[in-house]
Amino acid sequence: MPRWGMVIDLDRCIGCGACVVACQAENNVPINTEDVYHQRRAIAWIRLERYWEGEFPNVKARYIPVPCMQCTNAPCEPVCPVYATYHTTEGINMQVYNRCIGTRYCSINCHWHVRFFNFWEPKWPDSLKNQLNPDVTVRSRGVMEKCNFCVHRIVKAEQKAKVEGRALRTDEVTTACAQACPTNAIVFGDLDDPNSAVSQLLAQAEREHRVYRLLEDLGTEPNVYYLKKVDVEATATAAEAH
Amino acid sequence: MQERHRLGEEEITRELLRPLVTTTPMMWVGFIGLGAVLAIFVFAVSWMFYWGLGVTGLQRPNMWGFMIVNFVFWIGISHAGVMISAILRLTQAEWRRPVTRAAEVMTIFSLMTAMLHPVIHTGRPWRTLYWVFPYDFWRNLWPDVRGPLVWDPSAILTYLTGSTLFLYTTMIPDMALARDRTTGWRKVLYTILALGWRGNERQWKMQTIAGFLLSGLILPVFVSVHSIVSWDFAVSLVPTWHATVFAPYFVIGAIHSGVSAVVTLMALMRWLFRFDHYIRLEHFDAIGRLLIAVGTGWLWFFLLDIFFAIYPQEARELEIMQFRLFQWPFNVLTALIFIFGYFIPVPIWIFQRFRRNVKIMFWTSILVNVGMWAERYWLIKPGLMRKYEWTFDWNWYRPSIVEISIVLGSFALVGFLLLVFSKIFPPISVWEEKEGQHFAQQLQVGKRVVNAIVREF
Repeated sequence: MPRWGMVIDLDRCIGCGACVVACQAENNVPINTEDVYHQRRAIAWIRLERYWEGEFPNVKARYIPVPCMQCTNAPCEPVCPVYATYHTTEGINMQVYNRCIGTRYCSINCHWHVRFFNFWEPKWPDSLKNQLNPDVTVRSRGVMEKCNFCVHRIVKAEQKAKVEGRALRTDEVTTACAQACPTNAIVFGDLDDPNSAVSQLLAQAEREHRVYRLLEDLGTEPNVYYLKKVDVEATATAAEAH
Repeated sequence: MQERHRLGEEEITRELLRPLVTTTPMMWVGFIGLGAVLAIFVFAVSWMFYWGLGVTGLQRPNMWGFMIVNFVFWIGISHAGVMISAILRLTQAEWRRPVTRAAEVMTIFSLMTAMLHPVIHTGRPWRTLYWVFPYDFWRNLWPDVRGPLVWDPSAILTYLTGSTLFLYTTMIPDMALARDRTTGWRKVLYTILALGWRGNERQWKMQTIAGFLLSGLILPVFVSVHSIVSWDFAVSLVPTWHATVFAPYFVIGAIHSGVSAVVTLMALMRWLFRFDHYIRLEHFDAIGRLLIAVGTGWLWFFLLDIFFAIYPQEARELEIMQFRLFQWPFNVLTALIFIFGYFIPVPIWIFQRFRRNVKIMFWTSILVNVGMWAERYWLIKPGLMRKYEWTFDWNWYRPSIVEISIVLGSFALVGFLLLVFSKIFPPISVWEEKEGQHFAQQLQVGKRVVNAIVREF
């Protein structure tokens, strides 16, 4: 049984937003118009947070892509009265749109703000209707939605493997965001498979002390790992000091 | 011990049943005014159903707003009923008699109004109603009992059932009274509701026992309801919500706002129905004294909540505490809660002269509830606006006109239902008034002979 996880290397991230667009297209996320942004109701299963570091003129832009952390002890799960959100055996925090009644308690209890509510009926321009992904449900108004590690891709790969009578191969599946990332900053895979790209990357980064998780102190055991940005100047100064 | 006028039985019956048959101009004003606001409420809710929650001011991370604040507020008001009728009945406080009925009815109507809020506040209310009430066990998919949103309706529906039964038990003798004095549809209605009440000894005995039993049984519910409502917040991980003090704090806050609402109701009933002989100044005096204790208890928990947020020196709690105590506009709101909830009303209630002034009691009780509404907002919103370190996502909450209409409309709804109730059922318990008259004795106090009850404190 795989345990899906993700590694996001912030040293490689250039903040291009390709992951956001890829996710949008893959998962039938409604088009975020300017109006929706102004209402602060934009839906982005993976969002790119931009922070400024330092004072002008020495300002640095810092980017951090934030998908759902797929917490092992997800705080959003027990608060749903109708079991619309639950944990799969493969460690993915799933949302069942049909069960959801929209209490939005899961969003209240999610500290990464990665659960999104459909405030309006989703609309696509006619030209885009044919590009909707047939593998993914189009959500109606009034339900929560969130990143699910492109679960339809995982299911498809697992079914294919079953038909072919074999186990899932290492790194056979990847998410849309990881696939679209031009710098390979996002890597997706099985955390329990020592040969997978995520495990190898994590093991290497562990030696460099670069691994951390967002809001780790809450004890929810997120399955998305971040690799710290390597600050070249700071490293150089530290080396000189030695 | 309170002095009271001696009133004849027939006089009591006639005066207390008067609102049923006569409608004063003020009542018409009430019906039309409240009905108009209610129409706006219905329109706002329908508008929201049609377009979806997009028409509210909610966004990420402010997923809960005015409607949830209002829900907590109305649950709070509903605590008046048990406080007045059950606790005061068990402690045999005589001054409860004229207000028990009104307080119980307010409990039921405010509970119903409160229950409406979480339902219309869900993304798909039709599904909430269809799948959840009653729960569709046929699907073999059980509700997740780990979550407070399952405990919450259970507690509230228990409370609603308990208080409806309690109210009905205390209404049976009055229904018989009204049955014997009316004709037409009213006679049919009261005959059904009176359950064949003849007023014989066995019936009285059973009615008394049922009343005491129900008031005893309802007491734990009284503590549990608002505790469980507070767990809607305390069980989550949002900083400043995640506090163990929330349960008792919410309960005492509920009593504070609930008892104040009873004062408002008493004053309104006095003005609307001219029940001067029944809702007397000494009743305001007694409830004012109760309010001093309750208000001070509330202040204690208000300060405890702040203290418990500061004491662990947890950075996130401190940040939100700092935000809601010292930053605009929450600093003004904090001051407002302090002043309206405690510093204006309680010092006023200390003086008997003011406690016996209906106008002053009315306005101070309104002030308390303005303060308590603000307090719920103050408790719930800041934690969401600045939820965790994601400054990128932090956001202000601005309620839309739809939400404001729903909040105002909920007040009109409760008021309207109370008015309709008092047109159909006697708003003051007739038999309890008469019972009070029976308990009164001619007492020699110095040179005067006073008509009073000995056993009350």
